[in-house]
Amino acid sequence: MTHNQNRSTIIRIAIVFFALILISKLFYLQVISDKYAEKAASLSIRAVIEFPDRGLITDRNNEIIVFNEDAHDLVVHFPFNKKEFDLDEFCRLVRFSKNEVEERLANARSSRYNGKGLFIKNLSATEFARIQEGLFQFPQFSIESRSDRKYKHNIAAHTLGYVAEISRRELERDKKEYYDIGENIGKSGLERHYEELLRGVKGKKYYLKDNTGKLKERYENGKNDTKAAVGKQLMTSLDVLIQEYGEKLMAGKTGSVVAIEPSTGEILAMVTSPGYKPDMFAIKNLGKNYSKLASDPEKPLLNRATSSVYPPGSTFKVAMALIALQEEVITPNTRFSCSNGFHLGGLTVRCHSHASMPNVQYSIQTSCNAFYCNAYREILHQDKFKTIEEGYNNWRGYLVRMGLGSTLGTDISSEKPGNVPNAAYFHRIHGENKWNYARIISMSIGQGELLLSPMQMANMSAMVANRGYYYTPHFIRGENIPNDFTEKHETGIDAKHFTTVIDGMRAVMTNGTGAYVQIPGIEICGKTGTAQNPHGENHSIFIAFAPKDNPKIAIATVVENAGYGATWAAPICTLMIEKYINRDSVSQRPALENKMFTSAITDKTKHE
Amino acid sequence: MSEKIYGQSRVDGITLLLYFVLVIFGFLAIYSSSHGTEQFHLDFSTQYGKQIIWIAVSVVVGAALFLIDVRFFEVFSYAFFGFWMLLLFLVIFFGVEVNGARSWFAIGSFRLQPAEFAKFGVALALSRYVSDIDTDMKSLRYQLITAAIIMTPIALIVLQGDAGSGLVFFSFILVLYREGLSGNVLILGIAAVIIAVLTFNFGFVVLVAALVILAGIITAFIYTNTSMLKWVWILALTCIGYSKGVDFAFNHLLQEHQQKRILVMLGLLDDPQGLGYNVNQSKIAIGSGGFWGKGYLQGTQTKGDFVPEQHTDFIFTSIGEEFGWVGSTVVIVVFVLLFMRISMLAERQRSKFSRVYAYCVLSVLFFHFLINIAMTINLAPVIGIPLPFFSYGGSSLISFTALLFLLLRLDANRENELDSYY
Ligand SMILES: [Zn+2]
Repeated sequence: MTHNQNRSTIIRIAIVFFALILISKLFYLQVISDKYAEKAASLSIRAVIEFPDRGLITDRNNEIIVFNEDAHDLVVHFPFNKKEFDLDEFCRLVRFSKNEVEERLANARSSRYNGKGLFIKNLSATEFARIQEGLFQFPQFSIESRSDRKYKHNIAAHTLGYVAEISRRELERDKKEYYDIGENIGKSGLERHYEELLRGVKGKKYYLKDNTGKLKERYENGKNDTKAAVGKQLMTSLDVLIQEYGEKLMAGKTGSVVAIEPSTGEILAMVTSPGYKPDMFAIKNLGKNYSKLASDPEKPLLNRATSSVYPPGSTFKVAMALIALQEEVITPNTRFSCSNGFHLGGLTVRCHSHASMPNVQYSIQTSCNAFYCNAYREILHQDKFKTIEEGYNNWRGYLVRMGLGSTLGTDISSEKPGNVPNAAYFHRIHGENKWNYARIISMSIGQGELLLSPMQMANMSAMVANRGYYYTPHFIRGENIPNDFTEKHETGIDAKHFTTVIDGMRAVMTNGTGAYVQIPGIEICGKTGTAQNPHGENHSIFIAFAPKDNPKIAIATVVENAGYGATWAAPICTLMIEKYINRDSVSQRPALENKMFTSAITDKTKHE
Repeated sequence: MSEKIYGQSRVDGITLLLYFVLVIFGFLAIYSSSHGTEQFHLDFSTQYGKQIIWIAVSVVVGAALFLIDVRFFEVFSYAFFGFWMLLLFLVIFFGVEVNGARSWFAIGSFRLQPAEFAKFGVALALSRYVSDIDTDMKSLRYQLITAAIIMTPIALIVLQGDAGSGLVFFSFILVLYREGLSGNVLILGIAAVIIAVLTFNFGFVVLVAALVILAGIITAFIYTNTSMLKWVWILALTCIGYSKGVDFAFNHLLQEHQQKRILVMLGLLDDPQGLGYNVNQSKIAIGSGGFWGKGYLQGTQTKGDFVPEQHTDFIFTSIGEEFGWVGSTVVIVVFVLLFMRISMLAERQRSKFSRVYAYCVLSVLFFHFLINIAMTINLAPVIGIPLPFFSYGGSSLISFTALLFLLLRLDANRENELDSYY
């Protein structure tokens, strides 16, 4: 029997051998490879998301502009067990054909994220009621509710921005992995800039689910759950009254208005035209409106207040006068001769006819070009500068400190820097230091290479109103305001020089180019401008602030293709000021107001 | 013999202990997979509640075996065999269909799977026949009758549509090996499986080409030895013929779902939502258990019913998930200890009937253990056979218990055996 007893040993060895194979494979599955643990987690735990209400947006007086209404999506959870799925019944519930259901399931599967795919987006109220009723039969589906934006005041679309479904790219950039597919995110404007503040924090409740997707008890008794926190309310600096008013005034025109409270840098209104109503980009409307507006040749999506740049024209003379006074190349009494313009060799810069030999105040009042051509020479070619580059950089330094030619850093994106060329640019064109003021003389009257956005012009106006400093223009107001916006930006121009220049701007309104739009009882200081437009009629520009002492509002308006600054931009500016200061009282100039409301400036009828 | 003849020996306590350890471990797993809560609550409508009844019934049945005369089973072994073969035959016509197999009798709410008990009958008949003094192991008659005892239930069970349970009976080859069957038969069997697998993997044509080239290379080396050469080519042609047979059987005899099942099992067909779904879920559940496991009643996959058939054929996933690698290894070690003990009991029997029977028990238990756990970790095809003492269900628990307890009964009586055959 020894032979057969050897066999019993072989059998025992075989048993141990096979047992070791099992143990080794188990060791691989359970200890070495960790992919199964991850799969298990994704399969068996479902996070039920609690979406907090998005923060409301109000104007500066706590008037609500944006609030929420609920939107509902039907989502499907994967893995999807077809065996337990009654397709016919489901087709009846959602009122789709079998093919459509299959197709949507396939789409949801291919675009699923964290085991969840979108089956129907934005259920209508009736769909929502019907589907919610019968959904208990289909535990693999659930309705997820989100908020959509609603607008109490359907204004300021470019400022507010919009909210929409997060894109794949944004999801990939979301390093904190806060967002899931199908969720919403602020796409532009304040909705985007203050996304983290507005969105709040979603809550997550973790449940165990079974293989049909049915929820069972709380995972680990809810110890991993997180509480939802409601989005914070965003108080903006906007004033609904003049924002709404500005949009009406700009109707039918192309251009923009920016109004700033000088003492804080808060933007009171930012109007761009042609524009659109913000509710056109509410989630439920976005699909049908977006491509239409995006392809509109009038570019209603373009925020002209920050993204369009123009030569500031004569409004720039305010800055020029201040620099010349600060550099002490002129005094308030310095006069330059003007014989219907500035003449140097073959170069002529024409001037409107006015009494000869203006001083600085009078040059602002009458917008004398010759004065600034001369002043530019004095600024750039001082004895202390060895080269034109030094003189030019000194001058340019003032502009940079005034926030011109670079982005200001407001709290909406889409800001364009404009252009204040550096010396290197002219070195390239004319040769190293082989140029002088005459070569760049058009910049002295706000033309040539100089390009500013309406936002920068308004900010320049605010800086003048403040007598020498500004705060970065911004839309946020109240306790959440970042430090950047409370920091004073000094321009290095002494307050005493402003008296002269502001007197000039006041004279513009009383006796000068803006005289016909003055308003009894409000001391407005302003400056007209006309930006040369090589493509058509000139752009009408106006900057102003009021009242002269303790200014409450600084404003800039550009109306494209509208001719002289005094004809269109000035009335709009002063009407805005009047509305802001006198609030509810009716305009003292109803005819002018009505003309602004009703006139349209198209390519055919450029100006009267 | 010695003075101990007619002495009263006792029930083997070690086997009994190992048995209860496995049954209790099994109950814990079923409790978890059938939604047991931390607050135990006796409810006989639940699966774990019913399992308590089955455990009680099994222990009673096992104890009852000790009341029956020990000669009874040997004397009536063929009658037992005949009885269960008859039931296997009848169930084809009168059984109810479960999961595509007509292998259950249903009398009211009571269900019986004769295939589970047929193992018992085959074990007894095989023990009786192999141990019979008149049996000449070398004779063709012996071999044919032995084959018939094993193949009859296989044929009947395959006819029920439950090929997996049929495969179990091949495990009795282990008994025959112990009793003197040439080891070449086992090697031949393994070779047959390997060629079949290669055929599925690479296709008949490639396999023929490979065999011919291999034979050609061998020929080049041993071309002087003509008698060797003859055998090399006979072997190669046999392989080719066999491979063709497998190929034909696969493509023409098997139904599509059976073909799929084989391909999925061999890893040639990826089908995580269909046939591979069970195995995939099973691997996820076990794999997610990690080293120490998620803790008893803490298994997310177990709680969520992710693994189909978890309380029956995939009960091991619950162990793997909640007790981790450590717990899985403990269970395997307890099984191995039981097998070692059974093998020891077998070798200490004086009666050849008892020894052969002991190996029958070992073979059946080991085959179930090996294939069941292997299929949960994708090392074996998914054939629906239970894990002894673990899987939920009365038929399997009672039959495994009876199988084991009869061995204990025989062992307890071994001192009284005057084995006349030796
Ligand atoms: Zn002049």
